[in-house]
Amino acid sequence: MTSTTSPPTAGGRRTEGDGRPSPRSPLTPRRSAGSGERGASRLFRWAATGSGALILLVLAAVAVFLVLRAWPALTTPAAELTEKISWLHGADSLLEFVGPLVFGTVLAAALALVIATPVALGIALFISHYAPRRLAAGLGYLVDLLAAIPSVVYGLWGALVLAPAVQPVWAWLNTYLGWIPLFGGDVSPTARVLLTVGLVLAVMLLPIITAVTREVFLQTPRLHEEAALALGATRWEMIRTAVLPFARSGIISAAMLGLGRALGETMAVLMILSPGFLYSFALVVAGQQQTIAANIAAQFPEANPLGVSTLIATGLALFVITLLVNMAARAIVARRKDFSGAN
Amino acid sequence: MSAATAPAVASTDDLRRVLSTVDKGRRRRDRLMTSLVVGAFVVAMLPLVSVTWTVLANGLERFDPYFLTHSMRGVFGGMDAGGIYHAIIGTVEITLFATLISVPIGLMTAIYLVEYGRGALARAVTFFVDVMTGIPSIVAGLFAYALFAVILGPGIRMGVVGSVALSVLMIPVVVRSCEEMLRLVPNELREAALALGVPRWLTIVKVVLRTAVAGIGTGVMIAIARVIGETAPLLVTVGVIDSINFNLFEGRMMTLPVYVYRQYQQGLVPCSPDAVDCIATINYDRAWAAALTLILIVMLLNLVARLITRFFAPKNLG
Repeated sequence: MTSTTSPPTAGGRRTEGDGRPSPRSPLTPRRSAGSGERGASRLFRWAATGSGALILLVLAAVAVFLVLRAWPALTTPAAELTEKISWLHGADSLLEFVGPLVFGTVLAAALALVIATPVALGIALFISHYAPRRLAAGLGYLVDLLAAIPSVVYGLWGALVLAPAVQPVWAWLNTYLGWIPLFGGDVSPTARVLLTVGLVLAVMLLPIITAVTREVFLQTPRLHEEAALALGATRWEMIRTAVLPFARSGIISAAMLGLGRALGETMAVLMILSPGFLYSFALVVAGQQQTIAANIAAQFPEANPLGVSTLIATGLALFVITLLVNMAARAIVARRKDFSGAN
Repeated sequence: MSAATAPAVASTDDLRRVLSTVDKGRRRRDRLMTSLVVGAFVVAMLPLVSVTWTVLANGLERFDPYFLTHSMRGVFGGMDAGGIYHAIIGTVEITLFATLISVPIGLMTAIYLVEYGRGALARAVTFFVDVMTGIPSIVAGLFAYALFAVILGPGIRMGVVGSVALSVLMIPVVVRSCEEMLRLVPNELREAALALGVPRWLTIVKVVLRTAVAGIGTGVMIAIARVIGETAPLLVTVGVIDSINFNLFEGRMMTLPVYVYRQYQQGLVPCSPDAVDCIATINYDRAWAAALTLILIVMLLNLVARLITRFFAPKNLG
């Protein structure tokens, strides 16, 4: 792999160096002159470049192999698919099967994001602007500990501890706010519902969103903050006028990173949610939604070859969705970096 | 503001007082936001405390040497037996092999980005390493499964497939942290070595890597801690088994996270009222104890990472 990808790039760089030695660094001409680098040095450079290229190759391979294994399901006629796979839940084609799953995945992730973002912003502000300097690092470490707990433990906790604890709350929501479609329907007596899942996912997102926004908040130009305070602003007004506008794109990209994570989360959903395959917004009713990742993990061990292929096709859909979300988030981060660099 | 338009200001003291007090509404809003911000932090601590407490309270009961040194072979129903030895073996082997794959690739990529990388390829690598961080873990598992299914035929389950899946998740983390550490190495060191006529690759190996070794060690430990708790990719690639399997290249293996899930999935045991050796909640008990073990391992890895930073930090080099 390395031998096929690295020589063109290395060669390309070399001719460029030979053509016009760049004056940027005193080291550059010497390094890329060709005469100064041979034997082990050249080998080492190729190995390093090859590793870099290998990363791109791996990402491409993920897409290629998923398509390869999903191909049978994509090309099999719908009739045969429904006949051979028992768990399609009345869907007449692959598309009809994936639809509710994508809906459930996006709904769960959005729910988690809606819960997590305000809290994460609060935590980040607390650590960056409210907590005493001396304590800030330690408190930040506490939040990072949330990220150290494996997702399967969150699943176990969510199913055995959190669900029974929040059931009365969901029942209360259902009784008094049942006229809102989100909380309507027959409330589940076990609370194995999407709202509980959203809550657990939100806890898992907190450290991710907090980590990014905290960094951005800390980068706010000191002078802007001091200027706001000098004009008589209270601490909150200073944050609203100086910190938040500066951090807006950072907050958006942090939320999108969290979204990418929530879309792909498997275990917490698998262990807590009682699944269903409907386009349903009912958050406190059991057996309504299911996510792509949890569905794969649930069906994969017992699936026949065509079933595996179908599941991989749904995995491909998940891969594409998260890839788009992550690329958008990274693009926003990169744009912001350019902007602050110019400052 | 209002003071400026007030008809007659009695004294400068009054003026100062009016100018330096915030009006009530603004102060109230400031107080409100302060309490909301502090409240957010307290709310975030609730799940941390709750998870830690329940795992400790439920897990300590079965967490003993017997539990750590026995497998689940021949354990059924509500038997008061069974342990996680086979799962520990699986987790350690699979994670170590994943580390073996990820660290060389990740480290070399970081070296490429810091020491050589310029132009389109370097930009693409940086961007896609970031994107790769966001690959859902189950997709990484499906990829590893598909890769080996194409090569060795479908339906394959073995430890090394899980290692490949984990390394897909681990490589970007290693690249990120190693890159950060290599960038911290002062340029003067590189220039000094090159000025002495040391070849470039030796400069990197003997000077740059030597200086950054503590940071790299920390980064690797944190990457391991990150992937050791992954469940979904192992569930689809390595499967489950009740007995001990030392061989990465043949047959299913058990891992700690999958063990937790499996025990949870089996749920409560229906015990007949007169049964002596039957514990209804035995599966949940084992799940909690295994979860405790898993958390302890992750915490230990994080601690080791911190100790590495403390003892090998570059400041000791003078």
